[in-house]
Amino acid sequence: MELRKDYFADVRKDGLNEIGQPRPRLDSPGHVTGKTAYFADRNFPGMLHLKMVRSPHHHARIRSIDTAEAEKHPGVVKVLTARDVPHNVYTILILIQIGPEDETVLADGKVRWKGEAVVAVLAETERAAQEAATKVKVDYEVLPAVFDMEEALKPGAPLVNEYHGQNYYLYDSGECRKVRFGDVEAGFAQADHILEQTYQSSPIEHAPTETTGCVVAPEGNDRFTCYTNTQAMFFTLDNTSIILQMPGSKLHFVGGTVGGGFGGKVDVIVEPIAILGAKLTGRPVCFIYSREEEMQISSPRAAEKVVIKDGVMKDGRIVARKVTGYTDAGAYSRHSPYGAQKGAAHYPGPYTIPNVWIDTYCVYTNRTPSSAMRGFGVTIGDFALEVQMDKLARLIGMDPLEFRFINAYRDGDMKAHRQPTEGAALIECMQEASRAANWPVAEKYMAMSSYRKGA
Amino acid sequence: MAIRRGRGVAAINYPTGMNLGGDPTQALVHSTPTGNFMVTLSSVDLGQGMKQIMAQICAETIGVPTDRVVVDTADTDTGPHCMGTFASRGTHRAGNAVIQAAKEARQVMLEVAAEELEVNASDLETDGKGNIQVKGAPQKSISIFDVALSAHFKRGRSISGRGMFLIPRSYPEKETGAMKPSTCYAHACTVAEVEVDDETGEVTVLTVKNVFEIGRALNPKMVEQQLVGGSWMGISHALYETTEPYYPNRDHGGTDFNQYLMPGPGDLAQTEIIVLERPSADGPFGAKGPGEMCANPQIPAIANAVFDAVGVRIDTLPITPERILRALKAQAAG
Repeated sequence: MELRKDYFADVRKDGLNEIGQPRPRLDSPGHVTGKTAYFADRNFPGMLHLKMVRSPHHHARIRSIDTAEAEKHPGVVKVLTARDVPHNVYTILILIQIGPEDETVLADGKVRWKGEAVVAVLAETERAAQEAATKVKVDYEVLPAVFDMEEALKPGAPLVNEYHGQNYYLYDSGECRKVRFGDVEAGFAQADHILEQTYQSSPIEHAPTETTGCVVAPEGNDRFTCYTNTQAMFFTLDNTSIILQMPGSKLHFVGGTVGGGFGGKVDVIVEPIAILGAKLTGRPVCFIYSREEEMQISSPRAAEKVVIKDGVMKDGRIVARKVTGYTDAGAYSRHSPYGAQKGAAHYPGPYTIPNVWIDTYCVYTNRTPSSAMRGFGVTIGDFALEVQMDKLARLIGMDPLEFRFINAYRDGDMKAHRQPTEGAALIECMQEASRAANWPVAEKYMAMSSYRKGA
Repeated sequence: MAIRRGRGVAAINYPTGMNLGGDPTQALVHSTPTGNFMVTLSSVDLGQGMKQIMAQICAETIGVPTDRVVVDTADTDTGPHCMGTFASRGTHRAGNAVIQAAKEARQVMLEVAAEELEVNASDLETDGKGNIQVKGAPQKSISIFDVALSAHFKRGRSISGRGMFLIPRSYPEKETGAMKPSTCYAHACTVAEVEVDDETGEVTVLTVKNVFEIGRALNPKMVEQQLVGGSWMGISHALYETTEPYYPNRDHGGTDFNQYLMPGPGDLAQTEIIVLERPSADGPFGAKGPGEMCANPQIPAIANAVFDAVGVRIDTLPITPERILRALKAQAAG
């Protein structure tokens, strides 16, 4: 790595004692010698293991659940169904007033994705819990499922989630989050070229070294200590308090040393049901995702679809950009309404464009619920924007890097969401990339600056 | 049939912190009797090194070496609220809270030292090595060890401070989308060089040259680990990963690291990292959040490089050999 201190030296105070120093991490010797304690290193006498019975169908009505055989299985201590969960229908963003509650801790009457949790089995050993889980009989009536966002938005599509009533998230702005800036149609009318293209992506897995999980110990004082690898301690505690209808003062969460998150550990999934199990049995409980659950059950990054229509002039100026973004939330909201609206704030990218129209949709399908992941709401948008930029440059016969200089935002430029640009540094990054990659651009671009006089 | 070479570029920005703000974090700082400093948080270290960075921020602010700071985090019985470690917010939000708490503790520390030295607190400075001295007269000094002992056992002062950082929440205007999503943005530009085998569709990423502007590299070695890891993750996202390789058929998703495709060490490109620092107005020592954005620009840069190499556009991720071959076939068919 090379620190290029010559850029922005006029606005930076160097020479501090501790900041800017490459101090060795105090925790790395523990990590590399195996001495660091993670949540799963906690082991309590009498600890029970929790395993989930999961839906084999993408969309089905549950006619009946029969747990009698499972309860008789040797080693089984408790079997939990929806009626055991005090506040079974929840949504995690309710804490920042983004409802409605739309997801069940344990399925109640219906499953909406393949892999959905239906019944929780608590047993003396992991093996007993796993074996007993296979003995739970669930009678399903399979329903038509929808996996494609376009199909889901068509009239007559199967309704994925009754708590929403339609297959998209309803914002206060309507069926999508909107940004309107300038007059996009006038921009297209004035453009020398129009280019409309569609970009898509597949769900991907966070692939942390440590799978999602927690270990819960009931304490002598009627409290529960939950050792967890959540990325957000109080967010998880407060949601658990709502789901279990248990005062937050009864809950003690301990965490903070996590084997990789990447956004995959901000859903509140394992803690509430494990604490409920500990409460109802009086025993410590561990619930740790297998690698298969981590890869196929925990929320992936959403599948996305982005349609970009641009109007561009022969001289390289983009004069209009219209973006329609679709985020596939899967069957439940989790963090997706937030992610889709983050996309609306991100477009049209780090470029100054006078006419912009943005619609971002959060769509429900019967796919695995997606949620936060590194680059949430932005990564796929950047893929679409930057491939589109390459296409536009080639369309007008311009060097792709020079084309970006022409449109790059600079201090003081008004963004589509009506904030003036501050602290821009795109131009300097491109200048340095031009040098480092031996990708020469015209001298006038190397002389540009993100600073603007008076800005 | 041939191996064809191409290069592509991408430039991006990325917001620091939760979209639209409204995501507070608090910190507490106190001194032990012998002048070590405890930072108490409920923020989560995901492996990126948050504890180390908070220790360095506290140490710089108090004016002691980093090894005199201990970070106690992620225990809800002791640590004050933090929204969580996500949205590239940890360093920015918690760092600001730690600075505020450490400043308050430092002020008490200087006041106690002033009483011991019989001078005004405003005339004192720290030497960064564990002592407090009179500005311009460093021979008149007292160790922080002695100051802390005095505060505890003689003067009855608590060398401690509270910190809170909150960007007030912005609510988007319904019709126009006018809003304030973030207060600072990190930037990047990546150039990727690839080879594409037009017979097999296989892509080899030769080099990835990344320029990242991150406000301030608080610990350059830790910045490097995060940026290099992110760059590799970008390659993986571009070329390999999907939980549904046969979508719309949703069977046969990978269930372990053998089946879920990710690059191994032999698949990783020669990676170059260059860091620029334009301090943000509201970041701790100017820092922005580089955690997420560092994995983004490689994806379109590689997609553009594939086009540069073989002249086909793959607009659906991941860019698999199958998709490339189908596109080449369609291109040949005219």
